[in-house]
Amino acid sequence: MVIADPPLMDSSAPELAGTPPPPAPAERSVVAQIEHLDFFYGTTQALKDVTLDLESRKVTAFIGPSGCGKSTLLRCLNRMNDLIEGARVAGGTVRIHGTNIYDRTVDVIEVRKRVGMVFQKSNPFPKSIYENITYGLRLHGRRDKSRLDAIVEQALRGAALWDEVKDRLHQSGLGLSGGQQQRLCIARAIAVEPEIILMDEPCSALDPVATAKIEELIQELRARFTIVIVTHNMQQAARVSDRTAFFYLGSLVEYADTRDIFTNPAKPQTEAYVSGRFG
Amino acid sequence: MKPEPSTFHSRPDGRRRIERATTWIFRAATYLVLLAGGAVLLTIAVKGSRTLFQSEAPFINWSFLTEAPESLYIFEWEGRTLEMGDREFRAFKERNPAAANVEAESYVYSAGGIFPAIAGTLLLVLGSMTIALAVGVSAAVYLNEYARDGRGIRFIRLAILNLAGVPSIVFGLFGFGLFVIFLGWNVSLLAGWFTLAFMVLPVVITASEEALKAVPLGFREGSLALGATKWQTIRRNVLPYALPGILTSSVLGIARVAGETAPIMFTAAYVVRDQLPWQVERLGDFFFQGVMALPYHIYVVSSKIPQNAHTERVQYGTALVFLLLVATIAGTSILLRQHLRKRHSW
Ligand SMILES: Nc1ncnc2c1ncn2[C@@H]1O[C@H](COP(=O)(O)OP(=O)(O)OP(=O)(O)O)[C@@H](O)[C@H]1O
Ligand SMILES: [Mg+2]
Repeated sequence: MVIADPPLMDSSAPELAGTPPPPAPAERSVVAQIEHLDFFYGTTQALKDVTLDLESRKVTAFIGPSGCGKSTLLRCLNRMNDLIEGARVAGGTVRIHGTNIYDRTVDVIEVRKRVGMVFQKSNPFPKSIYENITYGLRLHGRRDKSRLDAIVEQALRGAALWDEVKDRLHQSGLGLSGGQQQRLCIARAIAVEPEIILMDEPCSALDPVATAKIEELIQELRARFTIVIVTHNMQQAARVSDRTAFFYLGSLVEYADTRDIFTNPAKPQTEAYVSGRFG
Repeated sequence: MKPEPSTFHSRPDGRRRIERATTWIFRAATYLVLLAGGAVLLTIAVKGSRTLFQSEAPFINWSFLTEAPESLYIFEWEGRTLEMGDREFRAFKERNPAAANVEAESYVYSAGGIFPAIAGTLLLVLGSMTIALAVGVSAAVYLNEYARDGRGIRFIRLAILNLAGVPSIVFGLFGFGLFVIFLGWNVSLLAGWFTLAFMVLPVVITASEEALKAVPLGFREGSLALGATKWQTIRRNVLPYALPGILTSSVLGIARVAGETAPIMFTAAYVVRDQLPWQVERLGDFFFQGVMALPYHIYVVSSKIPQNAHTERVQYGTALVFLLLVATIAGTSILLRQHLRKRHSW
């Protein structure tokens, strides 16, 4: 296992800013390392000593019964948990390219620029499709119209939405169907060129056709992004992911290649869960 | 009584009578309110329209809306009873020297119009709502978006709620003590603005907080997840969508600011003033002048001059103009809200 480009701890914050990710070596390379992570909501512990590596340009699925901490761990990766009152990391580290993102010196804005997120409930902004995509870019001071136009097209193509919306870019994003809205959210996330994209049950509110489209899209996106997806759908995890992590009651039970998890799990709990016998 | 299966008993007579009586009591109370409100509005509308409208073109009595108040003179002349405003009366006497010493009844403020009071009220509303919205929305943003719930914040919320129940005269005295006396602003627009602004702040803050709460959490999360700062998120993705709600609820504030007499009678209102508010020598003087205001004018003309057929004109006319003005402001805000809603709906 090769750990890509570990910078020194104290030079971390500026390093995180804007620099393109280093070219991925052919072998398994680690983008993010979660080590011995303990996480609390107030006094209740939601994650217990979780250790797990995310591999570059792979799709990692988090599975497990409801309330086992999948969303919590996902939101630890871009520090969205900072928003929740009383939520805190009590121990352990989350490193992205070697930098602990919970370090005092790290700018959370930079973390979120590099770790994008797609939510369970699709949340396009009540703006035009165009403005939805450019929202993140404008935040970071991009104004150049022709450049923005190009990025909008690129992002929408990337999210397999361009053909459906190219004639209505200036209409509200809320006028799209549920599946299109979720792809718009994906386009919005990839427009800022993150390195990692987190998806929290992105298909749970979609019909099978829209779900299939998103799954197909994930297959295309894995060439450019490292993707983490939380899902309750075992078939979905089996179809889209390279690696699967099974959680139970806040602990990581098993983390292995998806094929192994579904055909040859090491732990009896995993076996019981993936075969649908509990959870 | 033992219930028999599969039959419904009719309710005992006594209970049915009580039921009917309570329905009627509630209905009567509702009608009473309607009746009282209707009577007041109708009286003002009927009597006030005699002042405000006229039977020939242009149908609106513009002079009542565009002139300053004058004294009304009533006198006998060549066997007829004449009514004239101050200026007209003086011109009349010049034309007819014999009338120089004619005996005339006079009533102050009962002729001419109420333009300075309209202008003053508009200025008071504009200034105080600007201050109240700026301070109130900021406070609401802080309370709803930044402050972490704790004992301090809960105390502040409680204080704001209680402030809403404080009688307006108390705000008037507070403004008088702080702005007029202590800060030495005298009776002035500025003192009135701040006094009125403080009075409506609780309404504005509470309304703005409600409007901010109504903006889905997803807008904030989505924005933050794209690397927005908190302020960027609030400015681009929260406040624009809260604005319609803030404006609507601020209508309540506008009506109160325009309508209250007590807060301005010590801080901003003059009984009468000859210059219009913009007739000042230096810009700075603008803020430190007292103004006439509609509610205070209504108070003056209804309590400081006799009530009779000659003074009714200005009394009811002013009341009607005042009601129409408040209704117009409220209507405009509602239209504005609908316009904004259409642009930003989710
Ligand atoms: N904001 C919060 N405040 C307090 N406790 C929370 C909060 N969010 C989650 N929890 C608790 O933390 C634990 C893990 O929650 P989490 O949302 O990560 O589960 P999950 O695996 O994503 O579940 P699901 O599959 O239902 O989405 C749960 O016991 C939950 O009750
Ligand atoms: Mg979840």
